[in-house]
Amino acid sequence: MQTRDFLRQMVEATGVSGSECQVADLVSQVYGEVCDEVQRDVLGNVIGLKRGEGAGKRPTIMLAGHMDEIGLMITKIDEKGFLKFTQVGGVDQRTLVSQEVIVHGREDVIGIIGLKPPHLMSPEDRGKAVPMQGLLIDVGLPVERVRELISVGDVVTVNRSFMELGSDIVSCKAMDDRAAVAVIYECLSELKKLRHTADVYAVATTQEEVGLRGATVSTYGINPDIGIALDVCHGAMPGVPEQDTAPMGNGPSIAFGANIHPKVFEQVTKIAKEYNISYTPRPVPAGTGTDLWAMQVVRAGIPTALLSIPSRYMHTSVETVSMTDVKLMGRLLALFIASVDAAFVEGLLCY
Amino acid sequence: MLLKKLSEAFGPSGYEQEVRAVLEEDLKDYVSQWQRDALGNLIACKPAATGPRVMIAAHMDEVGLMINYVDDAGLLHFREIGLDDRVLVSKPVLIGKQRIPGVIGAKAIHLQKPDERKQVIPSRSLFIDIGAKTKEEALERVKIGDYVIFATKFGEFGTGMVKGKAFDDRSGCYALAEILKEDYSIPLYGAFTVQEEVGLRGAGVAGYAIAPDLAIVLEGTTCHDLSGADEHAYSTVLGGGPAISFMDSSSIGNKALIHELVRIAEENNIPYQLKRSVTGGNDAGRISLSRTGVPAVVISIPCRYIHSPVSALKLSDLEHTISLVKLFLRSVEGGFRV
Repeated sequence: MQTRDFLRQMVEATGVSGSECQVADLVSQVYGEVCDEVQRDVLGNVIGLKRGEGAGKRPTIMLAGHMDEIGLMITKIDEKGFLKFTQVGGVDQRTLVSQEVIVHGREDVIGIIGLKPPHLMSPEDRGKAVPMQGLLIDVGLPVERVRELISVGDVVTVNRSFMELGSDIVSCKAMDDRAAVAVIYECLSELKKLRHTADVYAVATTQEEVGLRGATVSTYGINPDIGIALDVCHGAMPGVPEQDTAPMGNGPSIAFGANIHPKVFEQVTKIAKEYNISYTPRPVPAGTGTDLWAMQVVRAGIPTALLSIPSRYMHTSVETVSMTDVKLMGRLLALFIASVDAAFVEGLLCY
Repeated sequence: MLLKKLSEAFGPSGYEQEVRAVLEEDLKDYVSQWQRDALGNLIACKPAATGPRVMIAAHMDEVGLMINYVDDAGLLHFREIGLDDRVLVSKPVLIGKQRIPGVIGAKAIHLQKPDERKQVIPSRSLFIDIGAKTKEEALERVKIGDYVIFATKFGEFGTGMVKGKAFDDRSGCYALAEILKEDYSIPLYGAFTVQEEVGLRGAGVAGYAIAPDLAIVLEGTTCHDLSGADEHAYSTVLGGGPAISFMDSSSIGNKALIHELVRIAEENNIPYQLKRSVTGGNDAGRISLSRTGVPAVVISIPCRYIHSPVSALKLSDLEHTISLVKLFLRSVEGGFRV
């Protein structure tokens, strides 16, 4: 499968934190094409294994990209059949107004989060953002039918199709962080052309947006020699300080700081330079706010690295990423993995 | 399906050509005489020797955006046509005749202070991203002055409802097209007007050209019958049938016409409602003041969430509107005089 098509199918699938089944089924199937085996754990993480060459103990590398997405959850069905809701993960209330949504009930139900038309709005109301508590989902059904189809606790996503903005930039909901799951696929496909001794665990994690939970248990289960988290970072755009962002289409951003093992960082950037893969270094002194923050302190501690794809408009339903970045990051990861041997892993414990 | 084609057609005020083409094509077997004018109005003429000249108007234009600047980073800046700033964030859009896809994003929540999230992002600080990296690259695909619509697909929704963009006033255009598919013994002029959203501009000149004896305006109107809203502020109720206006900000309905419509609705068991809000104006404002004055009335199809990327209406309201107007025209054939 083409990486772009895999990404398209993933972002159009549903997988709000804690309800990742639909996207997990897709990822399991596609990872199956490039892995030796694929399994799932109790929290729903999809774990593919692509074995390295050679007998005896091989180094293990875990790649983690989270497949859950932010969303909404129904909290109340009112007497007229309108739905109240809360958020799952960090949702900006202003991105919900005039949005078409899908309520994932007994079946998928189309809904609209409407806004009072300007004709009926007082001038003072026009100047204020509508708080989430003031919004409703309208499904256009009689209340009895709503109660048959929808329950409190059902999750909701924005109804959004994958869009191609020119030849390189793609946009949809859930690019955070399915673009990284696509990077892992790209990396595994690339690895088929390379020789590597390391066993690669390709993990699509769950519940990142609500507290890095899938990564916590999957890392424990795998206990890798090196753990690499793949996420999105803020793409450069007007209104955001340049130092908080990385340019789009210029390769991955590679983080360094307390959350990252300096030797792994050094090796990844060395490989990037060797193969002329452009990247943006990203200093993060403390928490990275990614799966890596959890992964690093699993069991007796894990050597780590963080590579990110620049994405504009994070946590809106029109997140963008560059397919060039997806390709470059997948290739860099594969080349890094091919460079890892037992001696390198041993060196990570004393530096 | 005509309503789908109309809803998805590209037609912000001043650029109604696509909507016009859809209507001309749909009505080609029913209307033999067309009149077009300098502003872009499309008038379907069904002349007859006797009887009052009746004008029915529905506007083709929709709210939208216009590109007014492309910056060095290849991002498109815009001006609004009849839109609330708040509906723009996090939406896909289509730009120009070629329908170049773009998105209106916003700064990530992670980068905002809690206070910022309570403030409306002004349209002046929003932009459209078409994936171009430079001004030059952007200008290969779009140009200054291109119009922009929301990339909303028409579809079924709920029970007996549909959702889509531009139901204000493509629902009126649909109703008028269906009405024009029958023949009447009176002179009937179906005016598909332009530029309603920027000041009722097409209807004024169409009204002048037609010089009708009476006029009906078909509108997709406000409907806010949601939980938590005060009942007196609903404007209209979805499923309540066509809404007849006594008064809005642009005109006061002709009382004889209102009473006749109410009589016909009641005698024929057609559900109807009286519009409860008096805000908002429409083409009746210009038509009623045309030449020496024209008796006019507004009949509206209730539409939730107008002037936003996605609105919703009940198909039964649309059908009842069509039935009511057809019966009214039959009554005029029988000699109704204002």
